[in-house]
Amino acid sequence: MAVLTYREAIRAALSEELTRDENVVLLGEEVAQFHGAYKVSDGLLEKFGPKRIVDTPISEAGFIGMGVGASMLGIRPVMELMFWSFYSVAFDQILNNAANVRYMSGGLINCPIVIRGPANGGTNVGATHSHTPENVLANHPGIKVVVPATARDAKGLLKSAIRDNDPVMFLENTILYGEKGEVPDTEELIPLGLADVKREGTDLTIVTYGRSVLHSLVAADILEKEHDVSVEVVDLRTIRPLDIDTVLASVKKTHRVLIVEEQKPFASVGSQLAFMIQKEAFDELDGPIHRLATIDAPAIYSPPVEVEQLPNPQRVLKAALAAVA
Amino acid sequence: MSKKAASTIETKDDAVPACGASAQAPVNANLPKEAKVELYRKMVRIRRFEERSLRAYQAKKIGGFLHLYIGQEAVAVGCCSLMGANDHVITAYRDHGHAMAVGMDTKPLMAELYGKVTGCSKGKGGSMHYFAPSLNYWGGHGIVGGQIPLGTGLAYALKYKGLKGAAMAFMGDGAVNQGAVHEAYNLAALWNLPVIFVVENNGYSMGTSQDRSSAGPGLAQRAEAYGMNWGTCFGHDVYEVRATMDKFLTLAREQCKPAVVEIDTYRYRGHSVADPDNTYRTKEQIEEYRRTKDPIQVFQNILMKDGVLTDALVEQIDTEAKAEADLAADFAEASPYPTPDDIQRDVYWESDNPDQRASKGRLFFE
Ligand SMILES: Cc1ncc(C[n+]2csc(CCOP(=O)(O)OP(=O)(O)O)c2C)c(N)n1
Ligand SMILES: [Mg+2]
Repeated sequence: MAVLTYREAIRAALSEELTRDENVVLLGEEVAQFHGAYKVSDGLLEKFGPKRIVDTPISEAGFIGMGVGASMLGIRPVMELMFWSFYSVAFDQILNNAANVRYMSGGLINCPIVIRGPANGGTNVGATHSHTPENVLANHPGIKVVVPATARDAKGLLKSAIRDNDPVMFLENTILYGEKGEVPDTEELIPLGLADVKREGTDLTIVTYGRSVLHSLVAADILEKEHDVSVEVVDLRTIRPLDIDTVLASVKKTHRVLIVEEQKPFASVGSQLAFMIQKEAFDELDGPIHRLATIDAPAIYSPPVEVEQLPNPQRVLKAALAAVA
Repeated sequence: MSKKAASTIETKDDAVPACGASAQAPVNANLPKEAKVELYRKMVRIRRFEERSLRAYQAKKIGGFLHLYIGQEAVAVGCCSLMGANDHVITAYRDHGHAMAVGMDTKPLMAELYGKVTGCSKGKGGSMHYFAPSLNYWGGHGIVGGQIPLGTGLAYALKYKGLKGAAMAFMGDGAVNQGAVHEAYNLAALWNLPVIFVVENNGYSMGTSQDRSSAGPGLAQRAEAYGMNWGTCFGHDVYEVRATMDKFLTLAREQCKPAVVEIDTYRYRGHSVADPDNTYRTKEQIEEYRRTKDPIQVFQNILMKDGVLTDALVEQIDTEAKAEADLAADFAEASPYPTPDDIQRDVYWESDNPDQRASKGRLFFE
């Protein structure tokens, strides 16, 4: 297996899909000549030319809406949002148009668009640039939502997302772009809606996704070594469709649950999970479901304090100990 | 960047004269000597403050983004120097220059960059989100174009209250392509709101030149579609900025006439400090601007010729500006960070004022 960064893995997925299907195009701010604000698309303009790799003006509502329209006519646009935080400018296009057009046309129209870009805190860019909208997006039937944590998952899931006939929101992470991981040399398509047990354990299930997976794995090691607690880490990978079965299977094994998410807590992904777990596995639970989320306030700028606002290994550790107490 | 000054409101006689000659405009000619020195001093202070902040960023004292205004100083200083008691300002994330131009103190500005609790937003906003409502300065906004409807709202409030003032809503040449900007243009023109939309055209939005992002003959001219006045001027000459803006501001204050004013300027640094700045323009282009159109140098030359500035005074202003920036950095360094308890302060007025709370129910969640 090759070792790629998360960034390179996404680039490889884009490159392979651009090669495979001439209807795949990449559009976004600074994706072509500048090679992407986070260099994800480095080299793609040179390889695929300006018809396939297109720089747009700073007009998210315009170009995302244009992508939705083009997808209705069979183009498979991959639209880069420089930050997912800017989705708010294109909210109407994503959540009224992309989400609803198939339904409102009685299934006559498909919208095979992928909207991708980073959605995370932790880089001290303040409240306007640190949104994690996976819960808001997943609240809209018709939309699919993917949040990969590793290079391998990012590549395999993005390839599936591009081939998917529904609108897929693909949420990356600026802090993960430089993280390295093994990626198979042969083509791998990871289906949307399949969770992955990133670590097996018997005493506590941590259900998580995105960068919080990494924090949870660090905390799980400490829990094992220093507290004799065996933790299973379930990485959802996809928020919608949601692989609740893998979560429930783990709960049946450990009987205790901690949800870790880089999300504001109110009506978060974790809220939905907690509802489903108590509904489907009430008798399996030896204690209340615990959750560690982002501290409930807009993202603070101050660098050392932002670390404390978000999930981090120490906060996960503390929450896990509370969950097994 | 070589467009000629143009405007819908100027006749040939009072057209803004060529660079350097707008000194004769009454708004400049009538300035007392000290006020001219102050204009100069402000530009130097902004430059030195930002250079100091850059060093702090490189020393990893500052997180996130740092968008420097270096090269554009005459725009904010020129525009904000015209502010009366009822004039207001709002801008985007490249906001240090405007903040200092309206009179914010460098210590809390630097402390904000350091993420300290003594910062102007208590370390909560960072570089892109400076605010000083007491100085009629409404931010510092991170979402491109997002501040423009807000600026229009400031103008609406002025008119509603019957105050004779104007709002200046600043944006970049890339921001003009946001839908919200056009919606605001329409509202301002439809309801005759006293707002000047100031487009600081520094030639690029990140790595994209104006040619590659904006259709049509010019950015200010888009105002015509809404029946609004518009004008353009050069932004490296603070006198020209003042002469141009004065006319539009007067029309806004007196007759509630909105306008779009495009001011040609240039940034010397990358889009943000993280931008390697080597893909979309040449070093020579930057050097050429700096050599011939540096706003501080241009104004220094004018004031030296007029005997307003002397070598000694130039030296003194510069030394003082550097010392001020160093002091601000020392202040920031010595200040404490906010605490995790501060994270949930300043979210709701009611949670910060519990004795006056009227609503029931839980405000925060775990
Ligand atoms: C809605 C939105 N889209 C994209 C961005 C990312 N972004 C920040 S600044 C910028 C370029 C803006 O250029 P311009 O308006 O010319 O202002 P300048 O930076 O030159 O001052 C971009 C694309 C953003 N902050 N908000
Ligand atoms: Mg610009």
